Amino acid sequence: MTEELHEVRLVVNGVAHQVRVPARRLLSDALRHDLGLTGTHVGCEHGVCGACTVLVDGRPMRSCLMLAVSAVDGEITTVEGLTERDGTAEGRLGPVQQAFAECHGLQCGFCTPGFLTTITAGLRDNPDPTEDDARDMIAGNLCRCTGYANIVRSVLRAAEIAREQA
Amino acid sequence: MTTKLFGEKIQRVEDQRFLRGNGRYVDDVLVGHDVLHAAVLRSPHAHARIVDIDVSAVLDLEGVHVVWTHDDLTGAMAEPLPLLIPHPQLTHGRTQYALARDEVNYVGEAIAFVVADDRYVAEDAIGRIRVDYEFLPPVVGLEAARVAEHLVHADVPGNVAARMEQENGDARAAIASAPHSLSLDLTIERSASMPMEGRGTVARWDPDTGRLTVWTSTQTSTGVRAAVAAKLGLDLAQVDVITPDVGGGFGVKINHPWPEELLVPLAARSLGRVVKFTEDRREHFISSAHERGQVHHVEVGYDDDGRVLGLDVQFWHDNGAYTPYGLIVPIITSTQLLGPYKPGSYRVVFESLYTNTVMVTPYRGAGRPQGCYVMERTMDAIAAALGKDRTEVRSVNFIQPDEFPYDQGLIFQDGRELEYDSGDYPASLEKLKALVGWDEFPAFREEMAREGRRVGIGLACYVEGTGVGPYEGAHVHIETSGRVKVAIGLTTQGQGHATAFAQIVADTLGVPFANVEVVSGDTRRMPYAVGTFASRAAVMSGSAVHLAALRAREKVLRIAADALEASEDDLEIVDGVVSVRGTEASIDLGTVAVLSNPLRYAFDEASKAATQFSVGDPGKPPVAEDDEPGLEGKDFYSPERSTFASGMHAVIVETDPDTAEITILTYAVVHDCGRLINPMIVEGQIHGGVAQGVGGALLERMAYDESGQLVNASFMDFLMPYVTEVPARIDIDHLETPSPLNPLGIKGAGEAGVIPSAAVFASAIEDAEGIPITAMPISPSELFGLRLSHPSPPAATPARRPARRRTSTRKAGTRTAGTRTAGKPAQEAP
Repeated sequence: MTEELHEVRLVVNGVAHQVRVPARRLLSDALRHDLGLTGTHVGCEHGVCGACTVLVDGRPMRSCLMLAVSAVDGEITTVEGLTERDGTAEGRLGPVQQAFAECHGLQCGFCTPGFLTTITAGLRDNPDPTEDDARDMIAGNLCRCTGYANIVRSVLRAAEIAREQA
Repeated sequence: MTTKLFGEKIQRVEDQRFLRGNGRYVDDVLVGHDVLHAAVLRSPHAHARIVDIDVSAVLDLEGVHVVWTHDDLTGAMAEPLPLLIPHPQLTHGRTQYALARDEVNYVGEAIAFVVADDRYVAEDAIGRIRVDYEFLPPVVGLEAARVAEHLVHADVPGNVAARMEQENGDARAAIASAPHSLSLDLTIERSASMPMEGRGTVARWDPDTGRLTVWTSTQTSTGVRAAVAAKLGLDLAQVDVITPDVGGGFGVKINHPWPEELLVPLAARSLGRVVKFTEDRREHFISSAHERGQVHHVEVGYDDDGRVLGLDVQFWHDNGAYTPYGLIVPIITSTQLLGPYKPGSYRVVFESLYTNTVMVTPYRGAGRPQGCYVMERTMDAIAAALGKDRTEVRSVNFIQPDEFPYDQGLIFQDGRELEYDSGDYPASLEKLKALVGWDEFPAFREEMAREGRRVGIGLACYVEGTGVGPYEGAHVHIETSGRVKVAIGLTTQGQGHATAFAQIVADTLGVPFANVEVVSGDTRRMPYAVGTFASRAAVMSGSAVHLAALRAREKVLRIAADALEASEDDLEIVDGVVSVRGTEASIDLGTVAVLSNPLRYAFDEASKAATQFSVGDPGKPPVAEDDEPGLEGKDFYSPERSTFASGMHAVIVETDPDTAEITILTYAVVHDCGRLINPMIVEGQIHGGVAQGVGGALLERMAYDESGQLVNASFMDFLMPYVTEVPARIDIDHLETPSPLNPLGIKGAGEAGVIPSAAVFASAIEDAEGIPITAMPISPSELFGLRLSHPSPPAATPARRPARRRTSTRKAGTRTAGTRTAGKPAQEAP
């Protein structure tokens, strides 16, 4: 049984990659195992926990519910793409990342990439969220460590940082 | 020591890699290399004999490298997995095989192991293995286990793995002669740790050096190392276990070795290839561990003030199909149940029972949530019976601040006396009452009632033995760059150890925080360690780190005194520079490190200073007889007994009069974990614990059907709290009663947040509804059902019967003041 492989062009964090994958390969697996972008994490593989959330054309998508072959043509942003260029090799933390560091918005860090991408998109839609908006923004992502309190604070702080930087 | 960083809210150093997507979790290890992937065939049946396994359809499948069943295992690998914590009362301990031999005892038990080019192909192969089963009757739930019409293990009579009893005084006599008594039956359901990252293991065999490297998502790297060496017939020195970043543990990853932690290294060695196993979510539900399921019967005798004169508790613990972790969970329930109280006498008896379900090992709290629930429900029942305020009844039972150390007269989970080291429970209660507005609540209730809203307030108190032994160690190495490398042996799963322990080292050594780097859970760096459980990391490793840094500091001062021709007493270390107080004379730590290691060969400018023609007294050996080269300090901390943290939670809930929905209005926490290393991290632990507690009290349960299928084995159906389910705000107040047992006065904090949850919500919902709450968790539909069965004013209603029922004649507990339950319990002791 040899699986048919498909040539797929994935544009991730502004870089085009060419991969050969079976039709059934999940986008999350392609990102992690074919492209080596292991910042995207897989927590449930049934689209509930949100850890694998990436942005496709700016919209948060569960990469465990997408096939890699269906992600052609899309501009994908993963957690690795949230840092900003500042001339250093590692880049500067983006506003959401910076806010998480300041507010202790993460503990084990496993669910964090999904929150960071989700909130990045959320703040683009709503740059000035209330606390209720912030809770709403993250209401589809599971975290087992933090109890969410500091993640809510991080959302509000990220909006603040983004405004300061604007 | 200076206290510059100790106690400060320092931002975490580990966050940089996590936030950039540069963490290295076990499934990230060796990505991009030639890695094979494993999958496991798991039993679809709860109880069955394996008649035949046919793997012929898999053998020739392209991309498949290994198909193993128990028949393929030899030597120690073919024997049952270790029983990690034997106990004399665990008379019928049983553990599973790495791959089931003749029988499967729960849905999810490993039967066959496949290694293939990728996980997809491995799962294809799993789907083609045919197993013939002969079905056996499953034993599901404590009631079935106790009735024992069917047995989980044919050679374990009554399904009883263990029966244990402890008594301090004569509880039954005290109850019989007490002015008042009552009884309660209390049930609590199963939940699970459910870290966002499941289990996973990667192994690489290096044939050139004859060494095995294992990366595994564990809470004990040294434990896994010992197990892998023993099972694979390797010398310990041939096995390195590295704990990468771990995506949450909460207890489940302390159990070891999991079948895959042995099979993956075995396959890696057999194939000479890197092999990886990454558990998926359904596998985590059905093949990792659960906890909490217990049924309790309480008899208590008390005086007019509510003082407990005698407490007699029997309970039944569902240990699932196997007992690899011994009796730790029920022992903790049975001892920590006492909380901050000093009953006149106490007797506790438990049975640990087999069922055909996933095995039970500690989950954050580890038996304490059950114990706290039982004790606090009892306190509430006494208060209700006497018509007293619930805080008053607790107050008269508290151990007083001047009574420490207080010996509870029992043996704790570490085999040591249950002796509390310090605490101030009356002060905690005062803080809690102020924080939640206890005294103002009646007015609030009336105000809400006028709006047609129903609210209730509850509280719960706990004491948590933290920092159990036997020991932890630390190694501190000051490099010639002046940077400080610290290794601890236990593992880290998000608790911020790299930050908190760097704070301790920076303070103790007098070096900049940024110069300290902490590595954990790597047996190459610290081969002697125990593990991360029982809220022990800060106490054990924190103390060890401090002691090791002190040793390094002693050496720094000795060498610097020599180099600066000064007395050690006149030296101080600030910002990595040793100087003679009040003079210009100084030397930086990097140079001291150079001097600590007499060299023959220079390799850079700095090291020239340590070569044989530059340094040393020609009249003495370059390294003194009682010294060794290098600027290092190593030490171990091994306390006589645990240190006891404590806390109290209060919650105000609103229950919807129509839908029975339960809404949290206020959540307050008073927490005493001794001295805080990093309050930001401690508060994060409390937040997370409270959220898990909310899940355990209101949402989460393992829904097994009568055939032993876990019907909610997904995040769709097992309801873990999202942000929408946790309190919008948690009010936290700290009390710091330092532990006298360790040099920094630390007590553990990791588990605390989750311990009083079932108790505090039961208390508040009962207060709101006026209906006895005796089974947790409680969902809106269960509360709705309770309302239907309690239509009348509930004060004199008998306590609700627990899930199990053995005799129809057994008396239900009564909540009525002054009513004596007949001389002895109608239910026989386990």
